[in-house]
Amino acid sequence: MARVVVDVMLKPEILDPQGKAVHGAFGRLGFDGVADVRQGKRFEITLDGDATEERVAEIRKAADTLLANPVIEDYTLHVEGDQ
Amino acid sequence: MKIGVVTFPGSLDDADARRAAAVAGAEAVALWHGDADLHGVDAVVLPGGFSYGDYLRAGAISRFAPVMETIIAKAGQGMPVLGICNGFQVLCESHLLPGALIKNDRRKFICKDQPLRIENNRTAWTSDYDANHEITIVLKNQDGSFVADEATLDRLEGEGRVVARYLDENPNGSYRDIAGITNERGNVVGLMPHPEHCVETLTGPSTDGLGFFTSVLKAVVAS
Repeated sequence: MARVVVDVMLKPEILDPQGKAVHGAFGRLGFDGVADVRQGKRFEITLDGDATEERVAEIRKAADTLLANPVIEDYTLHVEGDQ
Repeated sequence: MKIGVVTFPGSLDDADARRAAAVAGAEAVALWHGDADLHGVDAVVLPGGFSYGDYLRAGAISRFAPVMETIIAKAGQGMPVLGICNGFQVLCESHLLPGALIKNDRRKFICKDQPLRIENNRTAWTSDYDANHEITIVLKNQDGSFVADEATLDRLEGEGRVVARYLDENPNGSYRDIAGITNERGNVVGLMPHPEHCVETLTGPSTDGLGFFTSVLKAVVAS
């Protein structure tokens, strides 16, 4: 069974209050030297069979319509094992 | 005149929205997210709350509920639709309205009485307000920061599609202090603050929210 991974991040120009909160906690815990933290989402999608071109194209369509909102987010997609 | 109010799993303000519709003089009809039939309603309210727990993104999963397919089709034909808070998020996710709503810039849930200016009183939901009418209604949200790219914001402003703007301090980081917008036709309105909580003096800071519900009665009668 193949696995497709979709990583979704807020676009760079969109404020990320959650990342900012994590960044603040870094400082309080003494983890210094951190310039910025951005928080995203990772989806691990396990397919029934192989990651054929058609199946991956379907997952890409799902990412476009559901997993990411193109108004505020970018995503990357890869088949696990491919990289 | 029937106003339908959709209940999604996790809706919180559906009962208040039905009550507001009734106070305005409409027959309130409860609609269910899993039922694509709108049961003959003349207008629809998508209420506030945390539909599907705000999982994925606020409104992202509700947007694919069976009832939304019918609402999106009817909205395209001119049926008035008002999305309040979570409902506004659903409308943006449905692409019935442009832009998106992200977490408040100050990382806190906000609950306060919020002054607003109604800048567009030509929509199906705001015709009972005077131009630039200032009102105070409840604001309570976590993902209330309205964002869109500069071109979209310029278009919304240029076409007079900013329905309501925050007065005094911007409470959540919304670009250009935008609290509510409408589509080109003026039948679909998204609003972050809650008019349905402000229709009776016993329970709200004002009755300033009632105008949204009386406006749509007139819009439906006129059409």
